Amino acid sequence: MTVLQEGRRQLSEGKRAERRLGWLLCAPAAVVMVAVTGWPIIYSVWLSLQRYDLRFPAEREFIGLSNYAAVLSNGFWWNAFGVTMLITVVSVAVEFVLGFALALVMHRTLVGRGLVRTSALIPYGIVTVVAAFSWRYAWTPGTGYLANLVTPDGAPLTERASALGIIIVAEIWKTTPFMALLLMAGLALVPEDLLKAAAVDGAGAWQRFRSVMLPVMKPAILVALLFRTLDAFRIFDNIFVLTAGANETSSVSMLTYNNLIKGLNLGIGSTLSVLIFIAVAIIAFIFVRLFGTAAPGSAEEGRR
Amino acid sequence: MADIVLDKVSKKFPDGTIAASDVDLEVGDGEFVILVGPSGCGKSTTLNMIAGLEDISSGDLYIGGERMNDKAPKDRDIAMVFQSYALYPNMTVRENMSFPLRLAKLDKATVAQKVDEAARVLELEQLLDRKPANLSGGQRQRVAMGRAIVRSPKAYLMDEPLSNLDAKLRVQMRTQVSRLQKQLGTTTVYVTHDQTEAMTLGDRVVVMRQGRVQQVGPPQELYDSPANLFVAGFIGSPAMNFVHARLTDGQLSSVLGDVSLSGSLRRALAASDAPADLILGIRPEHFEDAGLVDEAHLGTGARFEGQADVVESMGSDKYVYLPLAAERASTAELDELAADAGATDLPASGAQLVTRLSAESPATEGAQVRVWFNPEKIHLFDPETGRNLTLAR
Repeated sequence: MTVLQEGRRQLSEGKRAERRLGWLLCAPAAVVMVAVTGWPIIYSVWLSLQRYDLRFPAEREFIGLSNYAAVLSNGFWWNAFGVTMLITVVSVAVEFVLGFALALVMHRTLVGRGLVRTSALIPYGIVTVVAAFSWRYAWTPGTGYLANLVTPDGAPLTERASALGIIIVAEIWKTTPFMALLLMAGLALVPEDLLKAAAVDGAGAWQRFRSVMLPVMKPAILVALLFRTLDAFRIFDNIFVLTAGANETSSVSMLTYNNLIKGLNLGIGSTLSVLIFIAVAIIAFIFVRLFGTAAPGSAEEGRR
Repeated sequence: MADIVLDKVSKKFPDGTIAASDVDLEVGDGEFVILVGPSGCGKSTTLNMIAGLEDISSGDLYIGGERMNDKAPKDRDIAMVFQSYALYPNMTVRENMSFPLRLAKLDKATVAQKVDEAARVLELEQLLDRKPANLSGGQRQRVAMGRAIVRSPKAYLMDEPLSNLDAKLRVQMRTQVSRLQKQLGTTTVYVTHDQTEAMTLGDRVVVMRQGRVQQVGPPQELYDSPANLFVAGFIGSPAMNFVHARLTDGQLSSVLGDVSLSGSLRRALAASDAPADLILGIRPEHFEDAGLVDEAHLGTGARFEGQADVVESMGSDKYVYLPLAAERASTAELDELAADAGATDLPASGAQLVTRLSAESPATEGAQVRVWFNPEKIHLFDPETGRNLTLAR
């Protein structure tokens, strides 16, 4: 480590010129990136600080943080936030367990490996909207096979608890294969010798899994959970098709859509988008903190 | 501590490959036994079966008199050292070494005491709080050894533990392993493809080929009286020279000239009813520069003359390579040995005789060299079965 720092201090003139050229060559790409991703973010922050309803364009004015106060003191936001958190936590937790099991199966399968992997990935290959529609029809009273089978005289998609349950199931069904795929890549990182050594050292299957496999797979697990949590937090299409947010099943994205596109309220809509952005950033931050040095790109990782 | 007995142990993989067939082996209590052979000979599979990492297809395995076939690795009370060291990357050296003890639910004080003890023996005290990623190859190797010895298991199984070290370190670690094993007196089975390790470390050596045990014996015995062509060619460096030979009325003719066999050799051949076509094997070190052999001995031996192709002077002695006017002797065993040594990758150069002469020999490259050998030292093999026909002498 110290050697590295000393080396950095004693950069020669040529090295420095080379580095400057590197920055210059990167600059155009960086500028485009900032323009494409940075500008919309800045613009939506700007919009969120204004009263701006397209139905009353004349009333546009700068109102500071009033929009935020309005949203954060409103039951709709907190309800949507709660729903989103519930869907995120439950679906990611279940997906992780199922995905891990599936990854282990795919990793260990000796015969028909290709077939097993392909068939496991089918749900992920189906367009979410199409899958969501098939779930909706399956739960439609009278014609849906699941509705007839499970609740012959109810309408599960019209009640809050059962509707949320169905949304979560649809979400899990769809993205477990993705989780499994990411975790399988992690499993491939665990050297066979390590598991053998643990077996000889006296570890049972569970201890091998917990003390050897999980720690070695930590970076892959972090990536899988982070991707899925951020994805699940922004859930939209399943809810849009299954309940359209009725009976208090709106997620934050759904709420934003209703305000921004349907309600034409650019101010409140932008405020909601910014809040989602902040929530996503906080989630990512917590994950990286939680997993510490195992995070991709951290110093420990780089040295290995 | 315990003995290990393999009784007709076989391993057949689901795809039909037979990795080990009818391996019979008795490793005594405290004995250091080496499994050696070219890659794919089944030595690692055999070790894994002892460890319980591979199922035994048929046959019985006993450790300390107890049948172990169906026991999980963790219930066999053995420790294993891997070629890759297999250190847990997320644990410090101390945690790595204490892992088996913690799994065995020993109390903290005992764990700490045993780890410190092992660390002292292996000189790892300074490294106990480091992660494996921050250790050198030799240090990792010692940690792997440490993890094995902390438990005082019934037996150590070592799977090419030194193969990933560089040559110099390997020699040092070799002596350390040997000293450690003697000090601890624990039964050890050690797999290697390196015949120097095989010859120097073990009480006994098991030579394997294609899943079968070729010969079991102390290193010197394997060197002096190899049971077959394969063992003869595998043990010894540089390898034994092999040439085709023909036996007529006690006279052996080959590219090395005609040799009349001694009475004991003749009787041995007659007893094993040898075919007329044989393979003659003679080790490089059994040659001497004819000019350096005194008159009395010169008459009893055989002589061969050739133009030195290459002369390698090692200081202590000279390796002289003489081309032979014949094809390289070829049987299934010899071809496998040649492939293992990488000789098949070289351009075909025909047969050559490798001789190790005294340093005083005046041999130089391109010059005619006369070499002498004692016919008593030769081995004769049946080309069909590979059996050594001169063992009974």
